[in-house]
Amino acid sequence: MQTSRTNPSLTVFVATLLAFAVLITALSEGYGTGHLSTSFIKTLGKTLCLGLAALAMDLIWGYAGILSLGHMAFFALGGYMIGMWLMYARTREIVEASLSGGGLPATPQELEQGIASQIFGVVGGSDLPFIWGFAHSFPLQMALVVLVPGVLALVFGWLAFRARVTGVYLSILTQAMTLALALYLFQNESGLRGNNGLSGLQNLPGLADVDQATLSVWFFWASAAALGLAYLLISWIVSGKFGSVIRAIRDDEARVRFLGYSVEGYKLFVFALTAVVIALAGALYYPQAGIINPAELAPTASIYLAVWVAIGGRGRLYGAVIGAAVVSLLSSWFTGGRAPSIPLGFGRLDWVDWWQVLLGLTFVLVTLFAPKGLGGLFDALTGLRSPNRRGAALGPDQGALQEREAQK
Amino acid sequence: MTALLEVSGVTVSFDGFRAINNLTFSIGPAELRAIIGPNGAGKSTFMDIVTGKTRPDSGSVLFGDLSRSLLKMTEAQIARAGIGRKFQRPTVFEDQSVAENLTLALRAARSPWRVLFWRPTAQDRGRVAELAEQVGLLDHLARKSGELSHGQKQWLEIAMLLAQEPRLLLVDEPAAGMTPAERDLTTDMLVEIAKTRAVVVVEHDMEFVRRLNCKVTVLHEGAVLAEGSLEHVTRNKDVIDVYLGRGE
Amino acid sequence: MRHLSRFLLIALCWLWTGFAQAQVAQEILQSNSALVEKASRQTIGPVIDALATSGDPAAAMILGAWSAKGLGLRKTDGRFVLLGPSADGYALRDLNGNDIGTAPTAEIAELKPNAGVRGLIATALVQFNLSDPDPTKRADALASIASDPTEAGLAPLRASIAAEKDAGLLAQKQRLERLLTLRFDPDSAARVMAIQSFGADIGLDLRGALNPLLATRRVVVVGAAPPDANIAQELLPGKTLTIAQAYELLQAANLAPARLTLADQRAALIANLENGAVGGVALAVLNTQAARDRAYTALEVAGKVPLATTEDEVTSALANHRFFDVYLEADPAVTQAASTALAAISQQVGIMQAADLALDGLSLASIYFLAAIGLAITFGVMGVINMAHGEFITIGAYTGFVVQQWVPNYTASILIALPLAFAVTFAIGVAMERLVIRHLYKRPLETLLATFGISIALQQILKNIFGTQARPLTSPAWLDGAWVLNDVVSISYIRIAIFVLALVFLAFFLWLMKRTRLGLEVRAVTQNPTMAASMGINPDRINMLTFGIGSGIAGIAGVAIGLFAKVTSELGTDYIVQSFMTVVVGGVGNIWGALAGATMIGGLQKAIEWLNPSNTLAAQTYMILFIILFIQFRPRGIIALKGRAAGD
Repeated sequence: MQTSRTNPSLTVFVATLLAFAVLITALSEGYGTGHLSTSFIKTLGKTLCLGLAALAMDLIWGYAGILSLGHMAFFALGGYMIGMWLMYARTREIVEASLSGGGLPATPQELEQGIASQIFGVVGGSDLPFIWGFAHSFPLQMALVVLVPGVLALVFGWLAFRARVTGVYLSILTQAMTLALALYLFQNESGLRGNNGLSGLQNLPGLADVDQATLSVWFFWASAAALGLAYLLISWIVSGKFGSVIRAIRDDEARVRFLGYSVEGYKLFVFALTAVVIALAGALYYPQAGIINPAELAPTASIYLAVWVAIGGRGRLYGAVIGAAVVSLLSSWFTGGRAPSIPLGFGRLDWVDWWQVLLGLTFVLVTLFAPKGLGGLFDALTGLRSPNRRGAALGPDQGALQEREAQK
Repeated sequence: MTALLEVSGVTVSFDGFRAINNLTFSIGPAELRAIIGPNGAGKSTFMDIVTGKTRPDSGSVLFGDLSRSLLKMTEAQIARAGIGRKFQRPTVFEDQSVAENLTLALRAARSPWRVLFWRPTAQDRGRVAELAEQVGLLDHLARKSGELSHGQKQWLEIAMLLAQEPRLLLVDEPAAGMTPAERDLTTDMLVEIAKTRAVVVVEHDMEFVRRLNCKVTVLHEGAVLAEGSLEHVTRNKDVIDVYLGRGE
Repeated sequence: MRHLSRFLLIALCWLWTGFAQAQVAQEILQSNSALVEKASRQTIGPVIDALATSGDPAAAMILGAWSAKGLGLRKTDGRFVLLGPSADGYALRDLNGNDIGTAPTAEIAELKPNAGVRGLIATALVQFNLSDPDPTKRADALASIASDPTEAGLAPLRASIAAEKDAGLLAQKQRLERLLTLRFDPDSAARVMAIQSFGADIGLDLRGALNPLLATRRVVVVGAAPPDANIAQELLPGKTLTIAQAYELLQAANLAPARLTLADQRAALIANLENGAVGGVALAVLNTQAARDRAYTALEVAGKVPLATTEDEVTSALANHRFFDVYLEADPAVTQAASTALAAISQQVGIMQAADLALDGLSLASIYFLAAIGLAITFGVMGVINMAHGEFITIGAYTGFVVQQWVPNYTASILIALPLAFAVTFAIGVAMERLVIRHLYKRPLETLLATFGISIALQQILKNIFGTQARPLTSPAWLDGAWVLNDVVSISYIRIAIFVLALVFLAFFLWLMKRTRLGLEVRAVTQNPTMAASMGINPDRINMLTFGIGSGIAGIAGVAIGLFAKVTSELGTDYIVQSFMTVVVGGVGNIWGALAGATMIGGLQKAIEWLNPSNTLAAQTYMILFIILFIQFRPRGIIALKGRAAGD
């Protein structure tokens, strides 16, 4: 029974990931032949992080049926939390160097003053806001990477699930959550530098003599390891009775209640767990991106996350990762201006301008005609077919699997 | 005999319409009871109240040896306290195998954390097999329950209810959509189950009720109209008025 | 000096009244010709005043000519003449305006008053203008006094009131007279009375006049308060004044030495660095403030640095002085009356601001309502989540823009744009319903994602067509400006128009749903599609039309929103989440719900902005937090459908 649901793709996935990581390392500038540029390694590393986020999104939407459209807020929060440490520690090094050049060793007050004016000069501040109280310590700030998104998810989830907000209402509410957070962070008074965001995150404190080519490979490996571990963890979660319960909640939550399970508790658990996983993904992503600002919390960012999962095929963990990777890599290829333009009789089709249109329409088509997404290809390869249910979904709830999404 | 479930003076209204009107009802720990009544008599609402889906405007619902009030409990807590409910439409988790459905229902810890680390013991597997055998689904354990026939789903749901080991079972129109042979089996099973626990059957079909051979409660406009043996209530003038008057 | 000149002037005036009037001006000028010729701001005042009060009917003309470099001195006889242009030199007139021939340039010394003198002349001219037969001139003169109130304006203003015939101007003059009286009248009682005469008037001019009366300056004194000072309040260091501020005041008044700043201390330490130590403290340990203080003390003892003021010295210095805010206005009765009046005014202003806020909230609510009403149909009635709703709004706004490219008359173009926007978005909505949404009924989450795909595609297409810069959608001129109730409460006509449009939509919606066959069928289909179908209603057609109408209304809303917002391809994105919240908070499936939701969101947002006026972003944040909490208590919105009909 519970073993029958063990994801057969698990070993394949982990092996592929490992092989991919070795291959990329061998072609990198830092450790290999240099065929791949450092910026491309960073792009790949970021893509793995997005895959990790999509994995968590699949757990909450594909398995638990909760279409949260606010999870990228947790991604960005994770980035902000790690960014605070990176920026503080890096600025501290610079300030220390400049102050000791003045003749006297700096006092702690001078140091703090220097750091504060260095970081907050841009928003006209000269004091460190209290939320930076832990930024001097890596372990404390790492704890915040988990705690801040986790606690926010717990509070928000508790309020939303307790009030039995489900389906599209929950989606709208999560959109509102991320919008509220974005608007809050846009203010200079938020203590996180308003719309300037945090920058210079690509420099690791204490590692000034390690070049970006090497660092990028380190981060790539860290991202790959995080993705692999999360894949193991989430596969384990969904393969057991817990997975059975959340899939049951996805398809018919009222029935699960009558079996004696506290549906709200499970939803909250999954909501918070995925928030933490996504926050960790963000904490790995933004040091590779180098900069984070409140635009990252735009409500649409979270919808894109759902789009990746849908294109990959929800309810299939590998599908989510593949969807995120394919869409985000294609996006950067098309919008990076490297895709060749298509000459038409009356003009040229420039992908920079039309990729978004193609993506949007593709997505509509996938939703309409191929709800299994890219995962459907794998189903076809392995001979899995959908059940014939004459169009009926697998349960009465909004998040329930459709006939064409399910496996027979 | 102290009552297992005691509903007294319960009233609930939707937008001014009184679905349940000062209803009083009780059932013993090992008793079979049929509830009949015309459409809109409040049968489903009654079950919704007992299972916690609907909160009454007034009245009390007490359950168990300690006479705990169900009104402050959530659906899940009520289910854990020992009340199982079978819906009219078979509701099983169609994307999951028969075994998974039964495992979900098995009496075990229900908290997320405990469930996360729960792994079936040999005893659990045995119990699942035993239940499946009881309802004739032993050969279908690995099949997705969505593929089962309508009758098989009904059986699976009954097996799931048994797996929960409830002290009170609420069964909503179990015979709907069943073949005569399946009906007979169902009646026998309900009678059997009722030897160890309380069973409340809501049913339209008089023939089915007659076969259950148990005490009958007639609901009308949200209140108890008559109670007693089927013979007794069918002779009751009010009951005849209600049924004949409504042309049923 | 000033008194003396005034006395002389009065004497002169008295003397001159005996002369024939027409001669007066000439005499004044002639007798002061040296002053006039070399006129300077300091000295010419009495002469101008004498001219102005001479009663000579030509005085205004003479002053005007002087100011405009039209007055000259004929060198041959030293008489003043009026100058005009002529072929060879000047055309001359005497001071009564009679032609007296021409003169070559060399014979005339043209008077060239500097800016200061011209200013004095202008002030003097005011009194003539205040009594000018032309009302516009009188109004201009009043406005010039009001914009730059001076003591000098008071007398001519008072003098002109008696003869004023125009009721409107009379009221203005009287009001201005009181405003000047309260500031400049030498009589304290008159000023107090002027102040009190206004009551709680909320005019900006009154506050502008009262506030300077309460201006204060900080003074530091040793011992008791200065007896003649009009003290606003005493400041207590450590309580109403920080120690640092108080000490700075002392320092500024040269009553105490400067304190040692950390930067100075640092510089002093660096300057005295010897052999890796300062004052016996090793350099390496100077990384705490305590160590630096020790090193500095050692340097003090060694006499190498000035003694730093200690905390005790600061304390005793502060204890020996008293700090006051002193009114610049010396008269306590006046400041008392002014502060009482201002208190009453600020209360009145508070009430008015609340009214203004309510109007603002109402107009914001109508914007939200406009943006949300289409959704109230597609989402509220049909249950279809349309993430492209925002793009429908954008398309409506762009339709307005395109129409304005073809129809230059703004009124006409808006009137064309409204139905056209409806038609365009109706068509797109119907197409979308046919092609996509129809296949996804009962799958709201998939609908959400599919329509999001449409949304990003539409948004990019719009961006490709119209570019990224904001396109103007200009409102007709009659919508410019604002309806001003008083200096605090005002509302722009465009917002009133939007409010009216919102009401029109509400009425239209109610009429459509309650009074038409279509509305009946829509309600039937949404409540029970199977039953409706069995009664001969075609649910496909109804769904298509309903969705089209919802989309069309979004288009019209877009035209309205485009009139005040920047029209870019992202216009709709700004409204989409709020619109959904409006419908959810209000209660789904009910137009009154959308109305209630919009009113609540708009009103609350303005209220929060009022509490924290500097920050609209924060207001929106708190607004959304409030909504999330609100849903705890009313999960189905303000106006919830109760019972079984609400569906589970």
